Amino acid sequence: MSKHEQQKQSVFDRELLKSALFESFKKLDPRALWRNPVMLCVEIASVITLCTFVISLIKHGGEPAWFTGMVSFWLWLTVIFSVFAEALAEGRGKARAESLRQTRTDIMAKVLSKPEFDAEQKSINASDLRKGDTILVEANDLIAGDGDVIAGAALVNESAVTGESAPVVRESGGDRSAVTGGTTVVSGTVIVRISANPGETFIDKMISLIEGAKRRKTPNEVALEVLLIALTLVFILVCANISPLSIYSVKSGGEGIPVSLTILVALFVCLAPTTIAALLPAIGIAGMDRLFQKNVIALSGRAIEAAGDVNVLLLDKTGTITYGNREAVEFVPVGNYSERDVAEAAVISSLADETPEGRSVLVLAKDKFNIEMEKPSDMEVIEFSADTRLSGINSGGKQYRKGASESVIAFVKSLGESTIPEKLGEVVDRIGRAGATPLVVARDKEIIGVINLKDIIKTGIQERFLQLRSMGIRTVMITGDNPLTAAAIAAEAKVDDFLAQAKPEDKLKLIRDNQEAGFMVAMTGDGTNDAPALAQADVAVAMNTGTQPAREAANIIDLDSDPTKLLDIVEVGKQILMTRGNLTTFSISNDIAKYFAIIPAALYSIYPQLGVLNVMRLSSPYTAILSAVIFNALVIPMLVPLALKGSKFRPLPAEKLLIRNLLIYGVGGVITPFIGIKLIDLFVSLFIQSST
Amino acid sequence: MFQTIFVVAVLLLLVKPLGSYMFRVYQGERTFLSIILRPFEGLIYRIAGVNSEEEMGWKRYLLSLLLFNLVLIFSLFLILIFQQILPLNPRHFTGFKWDLAFNTAASFVTNTNWQAYAGEEQASYFTQMAGLAVHNFLSAATGMTVVIAFIRGFARRRTDLLGNFWVDMTRSTLYILMPIATLAALLLASQGVIQNFSDYKKVSLVQQEDYNKPKVDAGGKTVLDSVGKPLLDKTTVKDVTIPMGPVASQEAIKTLGTNGGGFFNANSAHPFENPTPLTNIAEILLILMIPAALTYTFGLMVGNTRQGWTILGIMLFIFLLAFGAVQYMEQGGNPLITKLGVHGVNMEGKEVRFGMAGTSLFTVATTGTSCGAVASMHSSFTPLGGAIPLTLMLLGETVFGGVGSGLYTMLAFAIIAVFVSGLMIGRTPEYLGKKIEVREMWLSLVTILSAGIVVLIFSGIAVATYAGVSSISNPGPHGISEILYAFASMANNNGSAFAGLNADTTFYNILGGLAMLIGRYVPIAAVIAMAGSLASKKYVPPSLGTLPTDKLPFAIWLTLVLFIVGALTFFPSMALGPIVEHLMMLGGA
Repeated sequence: MSKHEQQKQSVFDRELLKSALFESFKKLDPRALWRNPVMLCVEIASVITLCTFVISLIKHGGEPAWFTGMVSFWLWLTVIFSVFAEALAEGRGKARAESLRQTRTDIMAKVLSKPEFDAEQKSINASDLRKGDTILVEANDLIAGDGDVIAGAALVNESAVTGESAPVVRESGGDRSAVTGGTTVVSGTVIVRISANPGETFIDKMISLIEGAKRRKTPNEVALEVLLIALTLVFILVCANISPLSIYSVKSGGEGIPVSLTILVALFVCLAPTTIAALLPAIGIAGMDRLFQKNVIALSGRAIEAAGDVNVLLLDKTGTITYGNREAVEFVPVGNYSERDVAEAAVISSLADETPEGRSVLVLAKDKFNIEMEKPSDMEVIEFSADTRLSGINSGGKQYRKGASESVIAFVKSLGESTIPEKLGEVVDRIGRAGATPLVVARDKEIIGVINLKDIIKTGIQERFLQLRSMGIRTVMITGDNPLTAAAIAAEAKVDDFLAQAKPEDKLKLIRDNQEAGFMVAMTGDGTNDAPALAQADVAVAMNTGTQPAREAANIIDLDSDPTKLLDIVEVGKQILMTRGNLTTFSISNDIAKYFAIIPAALYSIYPQLGVLNVMRLSSPYTAILSAVIFNALVIPMLVPLALKGSKFRPLPAEKLLIRNLLIYGVGGVITPFIGIKLIDLFVSLFIQSST
Repeated sequence: MFQTIFVVAVLLLLVKPLGSYMFRVYQGERTFLSIILRPFEGLIYRIAGVNSEEEMGWKRYLLSLLLFNLVLIFSLFLILIFQQILPLNPRHFTGFKWDLAFNTAASFVTNTNWQAYAGEEQASYFTQMAGLAVHNFLSAATGMTVVIAFIRGFARRRTDLLGNFWVDMTRSTLYILMPIATLAALLLASQGVIQNFSDYKKVSLVQQEDYNKPKVDAGGKTVLDSVGKPLLDKTTVKDVTIPMGPVASQEAIKTLGTNGGGFFNANSAHPFENPTPLTNIAEILLILMIPAALTYTFGLMVGNTRQGWTILGIMLFIFLLAFGAVQYMEQGGNPLITKLGVHGVNMEGKEVRFGMAGTSLFTVATTGTSCGAVASMHSSFTPLGGAIPLTLMLLGETVFGGVGSGLYTMLAFAIIAVFVSGLMIGRTPEYLGKKIEVREMWLSLVTILSAGIVVLIFSGIAVATYAGVSSISNPGPHGISEILYAFASMANNNGSAFAGLNADTTFYNILGGLAMLIGRYVPIAAVIAMAGSLASKKYVPPSLGTLPTDKLPFAIWLTLVLFIVGALTFFPSMALGPIVEHLMMLGGA
């Protein structure tokens, strides 16, 4: 995200808080809270204490009204904090959805009667477009819907979707044909076949995802909720059990008063895993939102969480592990030629070569020998073709060629009797074995030398793979290269494995085999031929520049088309789970201190001896209970930042990570409330004393 | 000290051979006993019409188990009701009342062996042998089939089949329980445990005993004087009746199958059941050996014995901790008695021939497993000393646990622990290569929580009703302990009694019977359903990101989960029972 936009987001924050506060009151509706049963129980508890408060106002002799009133107030706050956290997480996405929605309105589309540029056109509203329609889009037009470019090429500004203002090329055929509705054509004219009905387009999906309207609980979330509900049920029974036990104790001991409903309800809310239950919805929504900020759209929460479990990651070599292009790194002379001779011949043969590889030859020659040449006027360009597999120029009566070893040898031989230098085979082999590509350079019948074209591995990629390995993820490089080259690159990039000369069905088989062995497989892809494999993979990341079939087969779309993003996705997936786990542990560990605060206080009138359990030395039974309730409520907003940002992820082995998090959230969860409740008690009792 | 080391050492030595033997039995492999037992096994299948090759899905497995158990409960109920017309009844005991018969039938079939009756005063030899001892075998075997089906769920991949219930049942009884019980009975008999069908013996006392007996009126009520004190009658005792019976055979399976239903009311404190320190140790070992060895069987079946050792390690750790705690509390004696000038350890309710250590060891073994035999009166322990056996039961009987039931409960706890720790390291949790999902979660929770929930609800009812409170013999905190202990014992299928609570009332018989049935069959159903769901899953091989469940950090975590669940559920009732009683004792009340 650009700096400019970040500023916009922070300005939003105050607005965001306001609207979240407003939203949260709507969420207090029990029908809405039904989705979060633990908090629904807390709301019921709040209602009960409100009743006991009203009763204590009317009827004297029971608990003081300030006590029941305060308990009720803080229980309500507990519920409100919870719904507020959820509203806040949703609010962040809503602002973004709003700006997306604006792009949808009032686009007119030029529908063509047949997919040709000069066909008859009719102007209709974008909302009337149907799948299969073909439309004409010219410069400065908004593209009316998702589709594929079937004719022409255009520069498209996709900032509405990606936030990136540099326009990208979209052209028919190949892997860059997909366009998204709501984006703008900057120059050029294209014919687009619409691939989604209104309401089902990419932007529509994004909006509903961001707004959380379609957010379904992930299986993992449901499993955790089952645990939380079970605990809540147990705590309801524990509190219900205290009542008859205390009544019996009063009867048999002859002193004290049984534990009141207000105290039982307060104890229940304190024990129930409210902290995690309150923050649970926010954690998932915030996780998706964090991915959005990294320009990744997850089509389901399930996909993100699955990403956290990935064991095997299939990566396309090109563009992921290596920069898309190979680079000349060395000139190797053969026969009696010098290195400089090779450089010169290579430069001349590459003068007309506009490919990045060709350009890199010129760069290397300039760096090494300061060779710079103008294009000669009599230059005749020999284009590269798949048949001849060589390219070059004819100039000054000489033919300069460069290309694959066999092709150049064939070329040289075609010109008549010629000698192939003995060293050539050896050099070509050496370069090939190292995973690079040898390009042989020839001038007429003479073979001068070899250019070593190397795949340049992205800087820092080894570290990222190392990181992945320490997280237990195996990386597999997929490449169309021959096994020799692939092995060399794999070794250099430090991937764990590679699949060479991969055809689409090989990829699919590789994924199936891994899944059969019980692994979770992630794959990144962009081409149509990746679509079957993407559909099979557990986590399928499609590049936004990819084709429509690839994007449809995927469950995560990377708007920046940066394949190493998968690392971020894995990280967010793990963060979501970790945050849930850590807060659950924290929430439950807190109960120990709460027991020590409430139980001696609640039973004090029956058994003053239980005062020894009051290890915090809280000042009075009422303040003790109230302090526990206040702590329980306040801990929710305190942890909202953690829920929204997620637990910090560290690539550590599982055991170390567990110990670390147990120390922070388990042990910390035991200690924190002892301190917190004590401090609140000090504060509250000050207040109580001054008022009475 | 020496006793404890000896028991633990022998136990650990037994784990591997017995565990691998059970593994072979359940895999259907040949064992050294096959040559003798194979023909019997085949005969049983032929008579019962069981196709031993045919395996069952979880629903059929569970249904077979439940129907079988239902038939057993019903038949035992009939035996108890019609005891007077059945043979081997030299004392001419009448039939049980219906509520007591229901309670006892539920008790023995569920492996609880809660005894609301007194064996030597109410049960005929036929009842003891054909009624009760048979169920000592069958209820133990039932528990074993459940855990084996559960382990198969972990070990198998992508199948619906969990094995054949009838085959597992037959093999558990025939190859495992019978041979060991036979040997054990011989050993016990050699030490003086009786085995006969004779009538009770009337013996004249060498020294006649005089005592003051409270006068009772025709209605059975104590007659009080004007001050409200009972009127006393001087009575002389000239002779005593000594109960007899086939004790050794029952004693062996009572301990081996973690049943715990004593032949006599005094259970293993009775000299005919547990005559010497040696038999005491033997019985402790019998109680612990199968639950402990099953962890090794488990390890073998899932292909990683370290997993089994880890579970065993946790059990052993808590066992020793509990033993240390009981020992410490009881050794300290009772300050109230010390004040009276009687110094020393708290020996009330303990057998002198076992001593402090022998008693503590037996107590921890019998309550940590779901055995429930007693060699001392737990009610007479110091408040916190008595809270230890109570805690062991409330932990769900997992410290070795009942035969089968201990391990499956522990594994359910492990699933919960794996789930939370899995989240904490950012992975969808998996245990033994099986992903833990919604289904496993709620079924595990049902497994570990149902007994606790029953205890909370039923003890609440008991304390709130006259029928419940009137059985309490020591009102106040100790009364709460009595009720809590009774339901903890029944719901967790332990069966040991705290003594003090008058359990043979319609109220406790029915509520207790229900507690036992729920505490037994709800978890069993959940476990077998879970086994079905686990077996159908594919295997996820461990990777660097997988949390190893056979190492110390996980073991510590699982132990903590065990304690946390127990503590959170029962802290308030413990506070109102044993804890406050302890504080009152310290305060001198």
